[in-house]
Amino acid sequence: MSEKPKLAVFKFASCDGCQLSLLDCEDELLAVADAVEIAYFLEARTDQIAGPYDIGLIEGSVTTAHDAERIREIRQQCKFLVTIGACATSGGIQALKNWQDADEFVRSVYATPEYISTLSTSTAIADHVPVDFELRGCPINRHQLLELISSLLRGRRPTTPSYSVCIECKRRMTVCIAVARGVACLGPVTQAGCDALCPAFDRECFGCFGPKETPNVISLTNHYQQQGVDGDHLTRLTRSFNANAPEFKEASDLLSGEPPLADNGDH
Amino acid sequence: MNSAKPLVGSFVRIQKRDLQSLVDELKAVHDRVVGPREIDSAIVYDDLDHVDQLPIGVIDHQEGGVYRLTHESSDSHFDYVVGPQSLKSFLFPPHETISESFRKDGQWEIQAVETPATRIAVLGPRACDLRGLAIQDKVFLEGPYVDPGYKRRRDALFIVAVNCRRSVATCFCHAMDCGPAVTSHFDLALTEMDECFAVEIGTSAGGVAMDATSWEPMSETEVAQAKEVSVELEESMRNGTSARQMETGGIRELLMDNLEHPRWQEVADRCLSCGNCTMVCPTCFCSSADEVADLSGDHVRRERSWASCFTAEHSYMHSGNVRKTTRSRYRQWLTHKLATWQDQFDSSGCTGCGRCITWCPVGIDLTEEVAAIRGE
Repeated sequence: MSEKPKLAVFKFASCDGCQLSLLDCEDELLAVADAVEIAYFLEARTDQIAGPYDIGLIEGSVTTAHDAERIREIRQQCKFLVTIGACATSGGIQALKNWQDADEFVRSVYATPEYISTLSTSTAIADHVPVDFELRGCPINRHQLLELISSLLRGRRPTTPSYSVCIECKRRMTVCIAVARGVACLGPVTQAGCDALCPAFDRECFGCFGPKETPNVISLTNHYQQQGVDGDHLTRLTRSFNANAPEFKEASDLLSGEPPLADNGDH
Repeated sequence: MNSAKPLVGSFVRIQKRDLQSLVDELKAVHDRVVGPREIDSAIVYDDLDHVDQLPIGVIDHQEGGVYRLTHESSDSHFDYVVGPQSLKSFLFPPHETISESFRKDGQWEIQAVETPATRIAVLGPRACDLRGLAIQDKVFLEGPYVDPGYKRRRDALFIVAVNCRRSVATCFCHAMDCGPAVTSHFDLALTEMDECFAVEIGTSAGGVAMDATSWEPMSETEVAQAKEVSVELEESMRNGTSARQMETGGIRELLMDNLEHPRWQEVADRCLSCGNCTMVCPTCFCSSADEVADLSGDHVRRERSWASCFTAEHSYMHSGNVRKTTRSRYRQWLTHKLATWQDQFDSSGCTGCGRCITWCPVGIDLTEEVAAIRGE
């Protein structure tokens, strides 16, 4: 039996983009495979080595009763459980269903709705089991993933920032599009980690890394409204990939006056 | 061309189109010449080859959280004031690898990274930013520990300063006694006149550079006219609405005697703790150093990056955060900038450039916060 730490990758409701970030570490992939045993990763290898695992990377959100059961079993199998990406960490874009009638979606989309068994909500992994670490993003940043693996191998804390995207914007000398052009940008309330990618390409931050530490989302949306930005636009901005993250949800519910139909704990 | 170089302390005149001769000369002796450019809806420093790349006729309008440019049909070369960048990034870069460590046969070998400085000539800094430079010089060069990278870059920096002819609503250099007239820390200082530039020679290197132009001596009357530009601007800043005001008398005691003032909570309710104010501040000097290891763990780089006192990480020490709330972080920043900086460095940490007001996404205004604590 190998003495290398065993790594497992599990998928829930998601697009697979975050798992792909691991395969996207092309230059470092051999070093990763050298450092850990990739024991369970359906997207990368057919062989499945049984648990327990040292590191479990969880992609995706909980949207079915089966998911809710499976994540409890996985938690028992994993020494260190890490959620990767916006879906696993806050519920993802699919958490938009939390504000809508999920049964009506099922009826209008599927020819045979009775085949579909789904919860009325999409929720974060941490709503179901204790999570040891979160890697944010839609998708995650592969450099942060490598930093996570590297730090776990050495038993130290990963160096992943929890401050704002603005700090990364200013470090790369990007002119602030909110101040210089009046574009509503979520950078000031969103966690860094993307190296401020979107503003560098002349578009606003849409919050895919989720709320930063001590986020003051309502102060920001109040200010944008005072500057003439439409409230519906701000509702859509805060209600996207991390719509279900508590601080974004609080702001969008205040802006729209509509709380979710189902309580998030309802699963 | 004159046969003698202009003397340090003297004023000379060049025709506006002759500014290109100076740029060409600076390009010949420096690795980079940078100047103000209109890029991405703002005036930023970037490489300058030709004078016609300057934002000629561009005017800036600044308010809390708002920066806009307009274009006028004038030949004014420098009638915008400060953009988001100061001189800070040239001397104290946002990211820098300061050392590398290699593990060989179980032994660590640590090497300092000593990148030779790029010789930069920068055209355009204003009085407030030169004061910012003086303050950062004190921080990085004049204490018991000299920052070697900063020193290399500082020694290689050539400065062509510009005297402002107008202010924007967020300016208050006059209140901080930092401007608008350029008085020190320059090689050359330009004042734009109707038909020419008046050029004050700050250093002998500046005199040498001017020798490449068709400079002409200025009469005492002409020198007085050039100096009047700053005097008139300062008067209008003091008396009008074209600038912020800040009463600085007794400001250290005012702030330090009011650490529990309710205003700190009021500003914290608006503050995003995003750190923009500290990033754009020409004097904020905090950094963090992270060890970045590769997967093998045999190669570690020490990376220094700009840090901010508005982040949780900055006030985390031996397993606890000493400033958990935005209230405590804003108070720390403002009291350091305006009060305890005096104890540490014998001056205020604020130059009145107004960037923290303009580039705050929600327009928080330190002059307003100080006035509120003063009870105005």
